[in-house]
Amino acid sequence: MCSLCGVLGCDDHWTSAIARPGIYTRNTDRLARRREAANRIRLANALLEPSRLKIAEWQGASYVLSSPTGRTQVFESLAHLWPEVEAMTARALDPLDPDFLERLKQRIEAAP
Amino acid sequence: MTAEPRSANLTPVNFLTGFLGSGKTTLLQRLLADPAMANAAVLINEFGEVGLDHHLLDRIDDNVVLLKSGCLCCTVRGEVADALQKLDSQRGRGEIPWFDRVVIETTGLADPFPALSTIQSHPVLRSHFAIANVVVTVDAVNGSRQIDERLEAVRQVGAADVIVITKTDMSEAADTDALLEKLNRLNPSARRVIAQEASADDFLVDASAERSEEWLSEALSLSEEFAAPVHHHHHEEEGNHGHAHSSVRSFSMVIEERIDWTGFGMWLTMLLNRHGDRVFRVKGILDIEGEERPVAIHGVQRLVHPPVHMSAWPDRRRQSRIVFIVDGLDPARIEESFHVFNRLSEKVLAQGGTLPLRRAS
Repeated sequence: MCSLCGVLGCDDHWTSAIARPGIYTRNTDRLARRREAANRIRLANALLEPSRLKIAEWQGASYVLSSPTGRTQVFESLAHLWPEVEAMTARALDPLDPDFLERLKQRIEAAP
Repeated sequence: MTAEPRSANLTPVNFLTGFLGSGKTTLLQRLLADPAMANAAVLINEFGEVGLDHHLLDRIDDNVVLLKSGCLCCTVRGEVADALQKLDSQRGRGEIPWFDRVVIETTGLADPFPALSTIQSHPVLRSHFAIANVVVTVDAVNGSRQIDERLEAVRQVGAADVIVITKTDMSEAADTDALLEKLNRLNPSARRVIAQEASADDFLVDASAERSEEWLSEALSLSEEFAAPVHHHHHEEEGNHGHAHSSVRSFSMVIEERIDWTGFGMWLTMLLNRHGDRVFRVKGILDIEGEERPVAIHGVQRLVHPPVHMSAWPDRRRQSRIVFIVDGLDPARIEESFHVFNRLSEKVLAQGGTLPLRRAS
């Protein structure tokens, strides 16, 4: 981890543990790594739209989840994302839920 | 395949599980007599007050650590961690004979998952040990009934990389073919071995994702033979009401389009977060967008091993295939969910414009 900018190369999640451009751990390409991290945040935000939550990366080292009422939660690994979302909304987030999938499909349709 | 630096110097850990009385200890005794296992340290879980298993295994006393209290399912996770850490530091200081492998025998009533997860998620252990495989013993006399009646037995079979069928030589041994068929339905990706015909090599198969290439192609070809396709209705046995495994099934998902890794990661983590205790096994090869080589994934319940690149497609078919073993989840819904996530990630990430960084050159 770089102590100046706080950018930690790896948050140790299995999604980050594959050797390919942009997937970290053993990848030394800083830009590709950041791009992949940014993509992940964008996708996570798209998935969070139905719950009206937002996630942002903080200093490349942690994540900040926030609700429309201003609640925020900081956590360090993407592994904690879904449990944190469920805790904040007090609802189960089920990728097999037909309503949830319907909202995502609408999101796909709406995209340019 | 590419050498992954992290696999160096990690001591492989084999888990031996199986229902009470299914022949774990007998198998362990036989295995330990094999030269290939000469340098193995053994951790035994004692169930109940009498350390019976320990007394049976006096040969290996130097390296045996007896896990003190009963059940290895949840309370004793710390003990597994402590025992492994102790072994590691004693080895480092030269206080015990060198060992190059650890075998952990779990209690017959345990779901092996917590112990597996302990090794992979413990901040110290994961730099010293790697899960090699999960071996489950199923006995030919009682196994079929135990699978019908006990969810623990189903979970053990579901988590297994190798299924050892024991007691086939006993006169009471039930119809082995029927048992095999049941096992094939529960876990088609596991290798099946008859205890009497097996050598130590059969148990030492390294199923860890790091060296899973041949293993995986073998498993996949078996899976295609046995796993029902998604829309195929699960074959129901007559009168299986109340059976522990009646809702457990395996199915394979064949995906024609290329997979976006970011979306796949989000999808599988969300699926396992909500349904991890009902997903006994995920195993597959993926055709990832932007990749030439296939990527192998391998998970047990909520635990996903680090994915690896395979050197080539196993049978020249460039096609993503994933085998699931699930309890009570609808295969068609899982498949639909995957496609929605994959399409969404393609859409979201293809929008561009907001890509924050571009390569300077």
